[in-house]
Amino acid sequence: MGDLSDLYQEVILDHNRRPRNFRVLDQPSHHAEGYNPLCGDRLNLYLKVDGGVVTEVGFQGSGCAISRASASLMTDEVKGKPVGEVRALFERFHRMVTSAPDGAVESLGKLSVLAGVRQFPVRVKCASLAWHTLKAALDRDAAASTE
Amino acid sequence: MTSVAAGARREFDVSQIRADFPILRRKVRGCPLVYLDNAATTQKPQAVLDALSAYYTDMNANVHRGVHELSEVATEAYEGAREKVRAFFNARSVREIVFTRNATESINLVAQSFGRANVGPDDEVLISEMEHHSNIVPWQLLCEATGGRLRVAPIDDRGELIMEELDKAITERTRLVAVAHMSNALGTVNPVDEIVRLAHAKGAAVLIDGSQAAYHMPVDVQALDCDFYAATGHKLYGPTGIGVLYGKERRLEAMPPFLGGGDMIRSVTFERSTWNDLPNKFEAGTPDISGAIGLGVALDYLTGIGFDQIGRHEADLLEYGTQALTAIDGVRLIGTARRKASVLSFVMEGIHPHDIGTIVDREGVAIRTGHHCAQPVMERFGVPATARASVAMYNTRIEIDTLAGALVRVRQLFG
Repeated sequence: MGDLSDLYQEVILDHNRRPRNFRVLDQPSHHAEGYNPLCGDRLNLYLKVDGGVVTEVGFQGSGCAISRASASLMTDEVKGKPVGEVRALFERFHRMVTSAPDGAVESLGKLSVLAGVRQFPVRVKCASLAWHTLKAALDRDAAASTE
Repeated sequence: MTSVAAGARREFDVSQIRADFPILRRKVRGCPLVYLDNAATTQKPQAVLDALSAYYTDMNANVHRGVHELSEVATEAYEGAREKVRAFFNARSVREIVFTRNATESINLVAQSFGRANVGPDDEVLISEMEHHSNIVPWQLLCEATGGRLRVAPIDDRGELIMEELDKAITERTRLVAVAHMSNALGTVNPVDEIVRLAHAKGAAVLIDGSQAAYHMPVDVQALDCDFYAATGHKLYGPTGIGVLYGKERRLEAMPPFLGGGDMIRSVTFERSTWNDLPNKFEAGTPDISGAIGLGVALDYLTGIGFDQIGRHEADLLEYGTQALTAIDGVRLIGTARRKASVLSFVMEGIHPHDIGTIVDREGVAIRTGHHCAQPVMERFGVPATARASVAMYNTRIEIDTLAGALVRVRQLFG
């Protein structure tokens, strides 16, 4: 059961119970809907980008604990960051959750609690849905999919 | 290894049955495998595995072609399997048994062949709200192509068909009623005999999707009087890649071919081709010979135990599981029909089914989570997904207890 607690860490359970920034933004500058056809998870992400900086972010949707906690953690993390940095963070997050289960990973601060997902290949898409949706919103692509 | 010959009956002893299924001896994540995903596919008895191996070891050759010894032996075994399928479903003739890849292909065959010939503009195909995607999408494709209309008969909060609504939905334009014998997402067993009666009274043909029902209860297509019955081998304890379509002979005779190729023709010139007799007209190309033979052996195995005994055992597990799951705080069953088999579809308050699935898997318990290829059913019950445990003849009450224990730990983890 050791690796199960790697996945369901207290921080993740907490963000699942009380997701941060769980709201629709008024007049977002960017929006995308993410969908994971495998599990039916749906996520709407709203951004306000001002002067190249993400000033506000909110999300809504239904999904498993991993996808919800990942979205919540992500919104906390990207708020106040320049778009270029957010894009770089997408790449680093993606590397973290898709790297070899026992290999070393770069520390991503609070986001590192999701590194345990590497041991659960079918759940990687749950953790990355919010990030793909974020990227789609920044690319002004209306729909993101983990497929 | 105990093996059961066709026709021989034996007392039901679940530990003996388990001994026939080698995969049930393996461990998953250090725990004994508790396989409760039978509605997705069942495990295979040793006799089926032996039959596949024996076919490739001793008799591999193409069927219906060669004059050589091996081809004759392979053809005899393949056609022998067809006779076993005929007997299993009590069809009148082997001409009414078409081998396909799976139930999905069986339904597509009817949609593309019977459907294109019979469902014109403004004609209707009636399905139900509880159908698997495989009994929805082929009819959508058909209606898009021909201008036909797809109608849907509703279900109630228990997950039962509302028969008065279904009756009303069958009109003089209805060419075909296509319904599941049993729902994969809810476990509901539909009154298919009544549905056939209502449809025939208004001149509509009936296709029954028997994917889920055929391994839980006896099916007699003559007594049902259905026009088509679709089933899949891998849920009947047989191999993947082999499916069955039963069709009334006069229906199949009147239908154009589905796929074109070798084996389905009588003669071919560049000007025109003529079709082979039934059932070969619908079996283009080299079939899944070993799959058909393996399915035949699986049906022998099922018949050897008998649906009276299998049904009693599974009904006990369903009742026991219903009690065990509903006793857990926050568990709600989706699908509470009065007539049900095998399936325990459920949600846990505040916990997504995928989290449930991942956590119980750590204790060796295999259940399905998701929409079960029945998104309209999820929509009907207002849930994005469910967790689903489904029992087969080799499951035990102890395994239900293991699942229930794991669910209690899911609850604890999420607080």
